[in-house]
Amino acid sequence: MITLNINGKDVQLDAPEDMPILWALRDVVHLTGTKFGCGMAQCGACTVHLDGQAIRSCVTPVTVAVGKKITTIEHMQNDKVGQVVQAAWSAVDVVQCGYCQSGQIMAATALLTSNKKPTDDDIDAAMSGNICRCGTYPRIRAAIHEAANKLA
Amino acid sequence: MNSPLNISRRTFIKATTLAVGGLVIAFSIPNAKRFLLPGIPEANASEEASKLPKPNAFLRIGTDNTITVMLAHSEMGQSIWTTLPMLIAEELDADWSKIKVMHAPAAPEYIHTAYGIQITGGSSTTWSEFDRYRQAGALTRALLVNAAAKKLGVPAESIKTENGFAISGDKKISYGDLAEAAAKLETPKAVTLKEPKDWKIIGKTTKRLDGPEKINGTAIFGQDVHFDGLMTAMVARSPVFGGSVKSFDATAAKKIKGVQQVVQVPSGVAVIADNYWAAKQGRDALKVEWNLGPNASLDSKALVSEYRKLAATQGLTAAKAGDIKTAAAKTKKTIEAEYVLPYLAHSPMEPLNCSVKISKDACEIWTGTQMQGTDQQAAAKILGLKPEQVTIHTLFLGGGFGRRANPVADFVSEAVQVAKAAGVPVKTVWSREDDVKGGYYRPMYLHKAKIGLDANGMPATWEHTIVGQSIILGTPFEAFMIKEGIDSTSVEGVADSPYLKSIPNYQINLHTAKTGVPVLWWRSVGHSHTALVMESLIDELAHTAKKDPLEYRRALLKDHPRHLATLNLAAEKASWGKPLPKGVFRGIAVHESFGSFVTQIAEVSVNKGEIKVHRMVCAIDCGLSVNPDSLKAQMESSISFGLGAAMQSEITFKDGMVEQSNFHDYKVMRMADMPKVEVYIVQSTEKMGGVGEPGLPPVAPAVTNAIFAATGKRIRSLPIGNQLA
Repeated sequence: MITLNINGKDVQLDAPEDMPILWALRDVVHLTGTKFGCGMAQCGACTVHLDGQAIRSCVTPVTVAVGKKITTIEHMQNDKVGQVVQAAWSAVDVVQCGYCQSGQIMAATALLTSNKKPTDDDIDAAMSGNICRCGTYPRIRAAIHEAANKLA
Repeated sequence: MNSPLNISRRTFIKATTLAVGGLVIAFSIPNAKRFLLPGIPEANASEEASKLPKPNAFLRIGTDNTITVMLAHSEMGQSIWTTLPMLIAEELDADWSKIKVMHAPAAPEYIHTAYGIQITGGSSTTWSEFDRYRQAGALTRALLVNAAAKKLGVPAESIKTENGFAISGDKKISYGDLAEAAAKLETPKAVTLKEPKDWKIIGKTTKRLDGPEKINGTAIFGQDVHFDGLMTAMVARSPVFGGSVKSFDATAAKKIKGVQQVVQVPSGVAVIADNYWAAKQGRDALKVEWNLGPNASLDSKALVSEYRKLAATQGLTAAKAGDIKTAAAKTKKTIEAEYVLPYLAHSPMEPLNCSVKISKDACEIWTGTQMQGTDQQAAAKILGLKPEQVTIHTLFLGGGFGRRANPVADFVSEAVQVAKAAGVPVKTVWSREDDVKGGYYRPMYLHKAKIGLDANGMPATWEHTIVGQSIILGTPFEAFMIKEGIDSTSVEGVADSPYLKSIPNYQINLHTAKTGVPVLWWRSVGHSHTALVMESLIDELAHTAKKDPLEYRRALLKDHPRHLATLNLAAEKASWGKPLPKGVFRGIAVHESFGSFVTQIAEVSVNKGEIKVHRMVCAIDCGLSVNPDSLKAQMESSISFGLGAAMQSEITFKDGMVEQSNFHDYKVMRMADMPKVEVYIVQSTEKMGGVGEPGLPPVAPAVTNAIFAATGKRIRSLPIGNQLA
């Protein structure tokens, strides 16, 4: 058994040490908002926060998270920046198929938490690890700027 | 435009009350002939008419005033989760805040009004449902009005409806309060649809109804399905298409904690485990010996040479006018060109998956599919059940792009085989590597063209040969989608090109190659390759004739007002002909597909071989735009999808195997590559066309034509990659 702090709660789970956080969240705890896209940190669909930093949960073993705080999309409504990002996503009507959007929102929230006024170059740097096959990139960019304005 | 409906021509099933209370409106349109897989018996007509599949409605009104709209099509990003309810809400005068949406089950009621099978594809949902969903709304409104009239003791004509209420004088009754009474009334024989001038919802930008749950992580995709007892499977498939299992050793796989079973299935060997991680490790540990079969030496370079040899011979004629040979002798100038386009994977963000639970006389399937019709029949065939014994629960699709509409139901059939062999409920999950290597690609194509110009620099002869696989050959659709050897999806965009109308002599030929690579429609189907070739050739002709590429197109398309309207709008918005920042060049392309007309103008710079697309200006005429903002979103999406393919994506083969495996080598569009996008809509009352695909075809040629303007180099194969380095 391993103890993980997920969205502010300590959770005991039966997971092997090498199991990526992604599969512990999805298949053991059944928090399915975090998505599987590539399994090798290439697409960002699995992005969660570990002590506030955006990480790719598909390549990060659960042992790395012991003693740290995992935050997922399900908790963003309780996060000050996350709320604003979600509201901006809604205002711009960003989503299409929606599958990558949990990861996009987690990446954008981490960006805006550390950088209140990101430039387009900052957005390119922070968000280019998150693939959207529907091509919602222009709206993601617009929503991040909108959220930054609200946070200012 | 009044549209009185002759309902007697259609079989309207009388409204029935649901056990939970409320109103169900159901009707089917029998002249949409149902497509059946070989071996699936045609249902007895009277039997089909008398049987009410469950639940068979397009909308339900709850006594709590909620209006649940049943979607006959799948939501995969294109926003029909919002657009189809808009059609019902318009005619129903519904309270938009009370609308809920559900995917319909697989049932005859939901057969595509034009295609004869339950399918989401061909950019057809909105135009093909424009009447049916409005009729459903109008019929329901009529029933509610009649119920209100009865309740209030006033004539139906005196009742108006607004925002979910029937209103007579100072009395108003909510639809929820009328639902039970309305369900007992006889369905009207005719309804009149609203005139466009009276529309309050259609044509107005409306926020996506699936937005909130896709923003907070609660939206359920196929991948997210979970119930007690559901296992996860991964299948080891042959590394070469057409290969088969010779033998396997599951000893090491079974030692992985959480692996429960290893079973052979027709497509390979399935490892069934408690969760994905165990299944993946089990599959990694599995030892399989393969009979690689006839495709073990498949090689992309060799295949291109083979196609080139085929292109040197004539092939079958897809379209023809005049006499190409005699006329060619009289032309003043000739250009000849060859274009090669690669295999492409769809790679939707959600890897394929399908959950299956089989019991003695039923099967339940949970998946994101674009083609419930064939999936249901294929599952029934495997299990020896009747189609109606197979229930399909459609979840949100994490992207489709055509991959989730397979006429041979590959990923659903495989999942059914796995669950059948395992004897327990199983979710079969593909890894990204499985997706990239697993086939059903946009076929590779080679085009060869020879065009003669007259004294005015206009095309006088056009000879064009296409070589590539048919996506229809060998599927159940072959009988009615291939005519005299020509798969129309291989030549669409060339054989029916509007440019040919102004050319007196042309000959379009097709060689249907056979390679063993599984192929499928990929966003915009044949247009995904033909638009690049046609619009590059037209551009080359314009430059050869020393004419402006926009003016040249205007001259050739002078009798095609919808093409012209998008050309003119895009050119105006992009300031065509006006100076650009230093080092930035424009390219233009126009193409019709799926009933819509799109011009794309690209602004591109090339710096030491590095290509940067700065801005895309897009203009579309799709007829009526039901939800303008979702139309714009589809253009943005097509630009991203088209640019990724044009710049970077390709599937290649060596020693029979796919060389790419994941997003590091099957490259797609990312944030930093995405240009500024502007979308303009031609205000049009012309026939409605599609929106999901038509934006894509002119993207790549707009970019390659801009590259020509910048460098004088004509790009003749995709992806562009580092061709300029």
